Amino acid sequence: MSTPTASTINLVEELLLKNTLEIPEDLEQHLIKLRHMTVEKPLIYVGNGTCGQVAGSIKILKEIENYLHENNIDAEVIETGCIGMCWAEPLIDIQLPGRSRLSYKHVSQENVTEILDATFNSTFEPKYILGQFKNEFTEPWEGISFVEDIPFYKNQTRRILKYCGKINPYSLDEYIANGGFSSLSDTLLTKTPAQVRDLVIKSGLRGRGGGGYLTGKKWETAALSQGDQKYLICNADESDPGAFMDRAIIEGNPHLLIEGMALAAYATGTSKSYIYIRSSYELAVKRLVKAIDDCKEAGLLGHNILNSGFNFSIQLATSAGAFVCGEETALINSIEGKRGIPRPRPPYPTQRGLFNKPTVVNNVETLSNVPMIIGEGVDAFRSVGTKESPGTKVFSLSGKTEKSGLIEVPMGYTLKDIIFKISGGIKHNKSFKAAQIGGPSGSCLVEENLETPIDYESLSRIDAIMGSGGLVVADEDTCMVDLSKFFIGFLKDASCGKCIPCREGTHRMLEILEDITRKPRDANHKTLDRFKGVMQLEELGKVISETSLCGLGQTAPKPVLSALKYFRQEFEEHIYERKCSANVCRELRTYEIDPEACTGCTLCMVKCPEKAIIGAVKHPHFIVESKCTGCGICLEVCKFDAVKLK
Amino acid sequence: MENKLQEIITSNSNSKREDLIPILQRIQEEFNYLPQEAIYAVSKALEMPASKVYSIASFYNLFRFQAIGKYHIRVCNGTACHLSKSSDLLREIKKELKIEPGHATSNRLFSLETVPCMGACHLSPIVRINNTYHTQVESEEIKRVIAEIRKEEEL
Repeated sequence: MSTPTASTINLVEELLLKNTLEIPEDLEQHLIKLRHMTVEKPLIYVGNGTCGQVAGSIKILKEIENYLHENNIDAEVIETGCIGMCWAEPLIDIQLPGRSRLSYKHVSQENVTEILDATFNSTFEPKYILGQFKNEFTEPWEGISFVEDIPFYKNQTRRILKYCGKINPYSLDEYIANGGFSSLSDTLLTKTPAQVRDLVIKSGLRGRGGGGYLTGKKWETAALSQGDQKYLICNADESDPGAFMDRAIIEGNPHLLIEGMALAAYATGTSKSYIYIRSSYELAVKRLVKAIDDCKEAGLLGHNILNSGFNFSIQLATSAGAFVCGEETALINSIEGKRGIPRPRPPYPTQRGLFNKPTVVNNVETLSNVPMIIGEGVDAFRSVGTKESPGTKVFSLSGKTEKSGLIEVPMGYTLKDIIFKISGGIKHNKSFKAAQIGGPSGSCLVEENLETPIDYESLSRIDAIMGSGGLVVADEDTCMVDLSKFFIGFLKDASCGKCIPCREGTHRMLEILEDITRKPRDANHKTLDRFKGVMQLEELGKVISETSLCGLGQTAPKPVLSALKYFRQEFEEHIYERKCSANVCRELRTYEIDPEACTGCTLCMVKCPEKAIIGAVKHPHFIVESKCTGCGICLEVCKFDAVKLK
Repeated sequence: MENKLQEIITSNSNSKREDLIPILQRIQEEFNYLPQEAIYAVSKALEMPASKVYSIASFYNLFRFQAIGKYHIRVCNGTACHLSKSSDLLREIKKELKIEPGHATSNRLFSLETVPCMGACHLSPIVRINNTYHTQVESEEIKRVIAEIRKEEEL
């Protein structure tokens, strides 16, 4: 019998089914290659997650293929997911045989040839170097720092994101070679479902979708519920604006989620599951479909998985886009083909969920934590984070920070460290004003909260929520009244309309905020009325929180109330002085005409829709402030830069 | 259109309620919007009132009831883009095209839509025209692109 060649080694048979501790030499070599520790021919990695694609990675991928073809270079090109360093995109990495993997940032169609030319001549292009990866098997490049030492990378604890951006998301073998599916094979061979649930309960893993409910407890309730069929649903319908954690996890390492789901299904006695994913996540869907197909073919999904008698299937349900479907009962209605309207609870989905059967709904990040808990043990999982909130949390950091992208930090990390240690501060040396945590229905954290540890307990103590992991940072140029208006406007549109407090209440809140961000429409509309509106805002907010049916309504007033708490003077300034000092609220802007610069061309006067500009030909014009609505047309049309913002 | 509709419906349906949204998604993939005929055809196939089908379809943001233009413009209105003044950008585009989001110009050259987040917040604000992304974009650039398209289409 001849020894199998590298490409025909079946990792499922050789690694997962044979439970031997000793790995033969040829298999070990094969694994090292799959881990890209060594390469036989040049290997080019293109960061091709959605964020990379928006930055232009598809064109770069084509350019690289053309280059290799034209220069007759035999090299392998693979796509990876997002490594989290969105600020440096588009990224490409090149690994030459025997050398360490070299990472280039801000690659473009124009400079890619230059970069490839230099690297294939065994030098490098210093202008675009991000760094090199540590690798004990290869010779490092001289004079280049390590990617692992970049503050953005170094200060993170990457567990779920460990392989995102590093491995090929289309390759099941690469995942298995990096230890993937070993938790599942070990579990099916040696553990009972009750033992798995017990481990997850002991680990203290809490739902990462926002609720923070103990995952193990949820599984326990579902497992003990009566029902001939049970369901598992993975909620990947991430619809917070400014949140892209789940998408990046799926794009970067879809097999991790599949393994987590299989473990969850085993623990709860479930054979059928759905992944509810946004249909606009085209790339994530594509990679997930490929991963599911590969797992089916390899016998990791379907009937009698790894000869253990355990059956489990995954079906994709692409969502048609509704923010409220992040709520688990609304999500269930949506899969059933109904309007995504929440159901009153109890009964909880773990008792009566999808098609009235016991159903566990878990978020992508929650499920992605499970393989680690089972594989490395409870103590390893609890080694970071706090006592009540163990483990890590992935955040999508965006807004006005110097470096934005995807980060993973231990629970209990402070906002200050995230912004200043990882991200390097605020852009253009401006000052920090607030950070919105928990998406549109979250709260803002301000300067006094910078040292607050980010974990479930500490956040609830300051009346904030963890949410799913969106973290948007605002700088001094942000108007908090406008931002609150933006959030409440979003939530008003997202409200499903079932219960009145949320449907009507968010509408009224928006009206009040619109009212104070524009000039009074008529003379009867006094400052006092506007002030009363704000007083009502607080009262209304409380009523909405206390009486709404689901989480959306209960948290909807949060962004406004928290802005009001910390930035009351800004609201008052809008009301009494009719002024927006950040100059964001367009209708409160006032303009003036510089008489020195004005030539009296009459253009602004003609164009002004409110007839608020007066003046004679060839004499400086004036703006009548009481008529001006702040539309800014005069500023745009003036050819002499005579119109200025006051 | 009739035949295509029937084909989609029969290939997807076991006449079950939970097939409704996938069928509507397939129809929208095919036609880029949900024509009125489609609502009736689906309602017949799934034995549901047309009003119910419409009520479900109109609940979800994804479904459109108007055909899109040859150039479909999506303006990201996520939080990061909002902080980068995407609403000013949207206002300029609306003014330029003289349409509101969710609508198409009368010559069906352009249509406009706002989307919640494209997931590349570091490049905000983002505007996507068909499959081309315009990142960290200013209204002048978009106006220029629109003018170029108009010129090209006239030729």
